[in-house]
Amino acid sequence: MEAERVERGTRASRVVAYSAVPLLAALVSLPWWSDAGTMRLVAEMAYYVALAQLWNLLAGYAGLVSVGQQAYVGLGAYALFYLTGAQNMHVYSALLIAGLFSGLIAIPVSFAVFRLRGAYFAVGTWVVSEIFALSASLINVLGGGSGLSLTPDIMREIAIDRSDRDLILYLLSLAISVGVFAVVYLLLRSRQGLALTAIRDSEAASASLGVNTFRTKFIIYLVTAACTGLVGGLIFLQKLRLSPEAGFSVNDWTVVVIFMVVIGGIGTLEGPLIGMLVYILLRELLADYGTIYLILMGALAIAIMLKAPSGIWGWVTQRYDVQLFPVGRRLALAPAEKPQ
Amino acid sequence: MEWLNILVQGSLLGGIYALFAIGLSMSFGIMRLVNIAHGDLIVLSAYVALVVTDSTGLDPFSSLIVVVPIMFALGYVIQRGLLNLTLSGGLLPPLLVTFGISVIIQNALLAIFGAYTQRLKGGAIETASVHIPGGISVGVYPLLVFAVAVLSIGTLQILFYRTRLGRAFRAVSDDADTAELMGIDNRNLYALALGIAMIFTAIAGVLFAIRTIFDPAAGPIRLILAFEAVIIGGLGSIWGTLVGGMVLGIAQAVGSKLDPTWQILAGHVAFLFILIVRPNGLFPRTRD
Repeated sequence: MEAERVERGTRASRVVAYSAVPLLAALVSLPWWSDAGTMRLVAEMAYYVALAQLWNLLAGYAGLVSVGQQAYVGLGAYALFYLTGAQNMHVYSALLIAGLFSGLIAIPVSFAVFRLRGAYFAVGTWVVSEIFALSASLINVLGGGSGLSLTPDIMREIAIDRSDRDLILYLLSLAISVGVFAVVYLLLRSRQGLALTAIRDSEAASASLGVNTFRTKFIIYLVTAACTGLVGGLIFLQKLRLSPEAGFSVNDWTVVVIFMVVIGGIGTLEGPLIGMLVYILLRELLADYGTIYLILMGALAIAIMLKAPSGIWGWVTQRYDVQLFPVGRRLALAPAEKPQ
Repeated sequence: MEWLNILVQGSLLGGIYALFAIGLSMSFGIMRLVNIAHGDLIVLSAYVALVVTDSTGLDPFSSLIVVVPIMFALGYVIQRGLLNLTLSGGLLPPLLVTFGISVIIQNALLAIFGAYTQRLKGGAIETASVHIPGGISVGVYPLLVFAVAVLSIGTLQILFYRTRLGRAFRAVSDDADTAELMGIDNRNLYALALGIAMIFTAIAGVLFAIRTIFDPAAGPIRLILAFEAVIIGGLGSIWGTLVGGMVLGIAQAVGSKLDPTWQILAGHVAFLFILIVRPNGLFPRTRD
């Protein structure tokens, strides 16, 4: 007789896996059947979901509630602008190095901020980001307070024609977003991921069972910093202009991202995706009413944190036993033994 | 003599940072709450004072008669209605809820007042100065702010160690569960604590807005400065908070002496340095 076994995939996850193919195909082919405005919006959704997924990995799994991830968005963007402008490096190599550079800077930063715990870690990371922003505004070669621009010559390296360039940047955004998603997904399914999930559920218990919590958190911090830097470079490659306030903006690159993750459901892979959709929906619907959508996002995040702290996706999983992206393990009983 | 001057001016500058920090230090000491909206509440106090002075013709100092009760009530309600609900749920809920409050305050101020910079007019005292021994000239206003900071911390000291309410605060800070068993109503006490913290926040907000221009986005940097003063001074130590503010002020004065654009950066760097060599600050008291 077949005993119970441990499995990862579920029917829902298999449905997702199959429907991901046509969905991705639709997104990739979007430039050929849609307009430039939609393309820009989807590209923005792509990088926001990447940022949200990275913050979720950091806070939802590793318990590192950072309010300073804008530091790496800005660092990545500045590295890209400096390398392409002052050093004449090719855009793609510069983008890659921007990511690596952010990861590298995260090493000394972690020495300082890892001394702080909990909420103090949060504000400490914010201070670090402020230091980077102020430093950037004082360094002449980085354009000082007014910042830097990408010259037309640099943009022509991507493609001579403007519409070709938009197409390439759009596909690059999709690729990097899917890539970040894949990194997070594979990381969570790996041995590190098991350690991370254990830390998420109880840091003390996982440490007592032999999980090296410090090393795990350190690795996650570096990986997120590098990926955030890469995404930061990508974002400003599309914006063409970079200033200290824009690059290191806590509101744009961290606050709304935190709201997305919390509204969607922290500590799940599905949550950031849902939260991003809620954000974009609110913003587009309320586009005529100034910053009302931000007030609503804040109020919604407060309400969810108080009433349903596991977010929209957590609420769904409590009612219906589904998991779209199988990172956990579940016990599957043989049919005869199934309850009811 | 020049460096003595920097030391004096920096210490006085620290007065306003200590005032920023008192509310944050109190809510951490009693509720273990790091209030991300603290800076925005300082700026909100300044806007309330702006409305009061514009509509009644009171000067900013007298406007405190109205601003302080409003901010006290707001603090009480925020703690009672929202933050008390987050106490048992770990780190993220209080952080996120105060984050939400911060974004709501910033954007509501932006919607009501626009992004224009504002300031409160304090009159002749703003530019008056006196000479002190050593050939140093100091502004009367920074001196006043520093005196208010010292007075505020002294008042808190008496409140904490000489009154029944203070004893209850200390009991809850040491062990909230046991305090509750002894008949203390924690929820009411926490609400009172944030209310009292907001009294000092209101004073800080008005005094800062007389000297410095402000706009709806001016909150976060005030939170960071307050946070740095608290950490430098040591968690939960109220006199440490004053020293933390002074250290920050002196670091900024030194930085600004080397190059005027380095002022704020020098403060941040000093903070990071102290964090690395003395992670618990100069006079740690409360344990995390």
